[in-house]
Amino acid sequence: MKNKSLISINDFTKQEQIKILDVAEEFEKNPKQNILHDYVIASLFFEPSTRTRISFESAINRLGGKIVGFTDESTSSVKKGESLRDTIRVVSNYSDLIIMRHHNEGSARFASEVASVPVINAGDGANQHPTQTLLDLYSIRKTQGTLENLDIAFAGDLKYGRTVHSLVIALCNCNCNFHLISPVELKLPSSVKMYIKEKNLKYYQYTDINEAIPKVDILYMTRIQKERFTDPMEYEKVKSSYSLKNNMLYNSKDNLKILHPLPRVNEIDEDVDSSPKAYYFQQALNGVFVRQALISLILGLKK
Amino acid sequence: MKNGRTKEELVVSAIDNGTVIDHIPSKSVFQVIKILNLEKTENQFYFGTNLTSKKYGNKGIVKVRNKFFEIEEIDKISLVAPIATIITIKDFKVIKKKNVHIPDHVVKFVKCFNPNCITNHQNITTKFDVISKDKLKLKCCYCEKITTKKNMDFI
Repeated sequence: MKNKSLISINDFTKQEQIKILDVAEEFEKNPKQNILHDYVIASLFFEPSTRTRISFESAINRLGGKIVGFTDESTSSVKKGESLRDTIRVVSNYSDLIIMRHHNEGSARFASEVASVPVINAGDGANQHPTQTLLDLYSIRKTQGTLENLDIAFAGDLKYGRTVHSLVIALCNCNCNFHLISPVELKLPSSVKMYIKEKNLKYYQYTDINEAIPKVDILYMTRIQKERFTDPMEYEKVKSSYSLKNNMLYNSKDNLKILHPLPRVNEIDEDVDSSPKAYYFQQALNGVFVRQALISLILGLKK
Repeated sequence: MKNGRTKEELVVSAIDNGTVIDHIPSKSVFQVIKILNLEKTENQFYFGTNLTSKKYGNKGIVKVRNKFFEIEEIDKISLVAPIATIITIKDFKVIKKKNVHIPDHVVKFVKCFNPNCITNHQNITTKFDVISKDKLKLKCCYCEKITTKKNMDFI
């Protein structure tokens, strides 16, 4: 994995993904290791992001690394009209690794072609966000003890949610069953279902979340965005029916864990937070360990 | 040469030396001209649309004088004219006839249909993997979205 860029979750084999999870486990036990003290990491956020950026920065800081870069395009040379090609070439000279988020799809892949150092994609438009997928896999494995043969439900916006797409694709390597809960207008795209079909795995589609809850090991909730609907009435209707409340969990499996990429708005009621089945805040913390693992493996500091 | 040629085909002048691209769907003739960059050529070229074809009923044709194309150049037109025949002419004689093939990778001349793709915002050469040839589907190597024949546009 040394010197390899991570742009799309499929860039790494299942074995490589598992390796990252194993190393992340080590970091969870011992998060403060001063292995990056000689390294400079560039963090280029052409599009602002709070959670992902802070999680990366926290991972780098806990490893003793230095961060250079910008948190917003308006404070960078891009504002002066510099091309992405030039920005990346220049930053390559200043750093050992580039972490970038950009609003255009495909920007991270392009950056990895022109950069002389590896690139980690921290989100390129609606396309890919592979470190989110890794932390989701880590959270699933940690709570279930395995990634194999699980029943996984995805609820909410399955059409536009890139985290859902990448995670479904990654879990297709693990013989899982998929329970897809969404309003009709926000069903999982056929391009993603194609991966499930290719592996001859089973998927079930629901519009009623209550129907799926008793059957699954993982319930992955996502936010439904108002702008996805042409009819505001339709949104209001859907919004309330995809809001998870604690009393809806009464007949769920004991091992069920609820995940959410966050930020949540109203799709998980706060009364769920105190349930032992709520795992979304721990999931966010896992992001730090996974990013520590990924960075150290790419820089060849862990084997 | 004259044997077997229909009167309609003669509507488009014969050339002494060069390349004839035959069996182009009529509606794709202008796309072929664009893809081969003939708009800028200084060579003489002739074209015809809605000609009668024994095999296909209706066809278009392009003839370019003193021009012999590279395979890569000619394979590009397979995206809009998958059954085109490329005929090399020397001294009014047919020297070579070959069909076009849809390539596995398409670089440079197709535009990614995704408006938010980085290739539509920066000066970047487009690149696609051809993931289906029967029902033409090009997967952008950058944004990973699939451009189909229906929404294909040329640079």
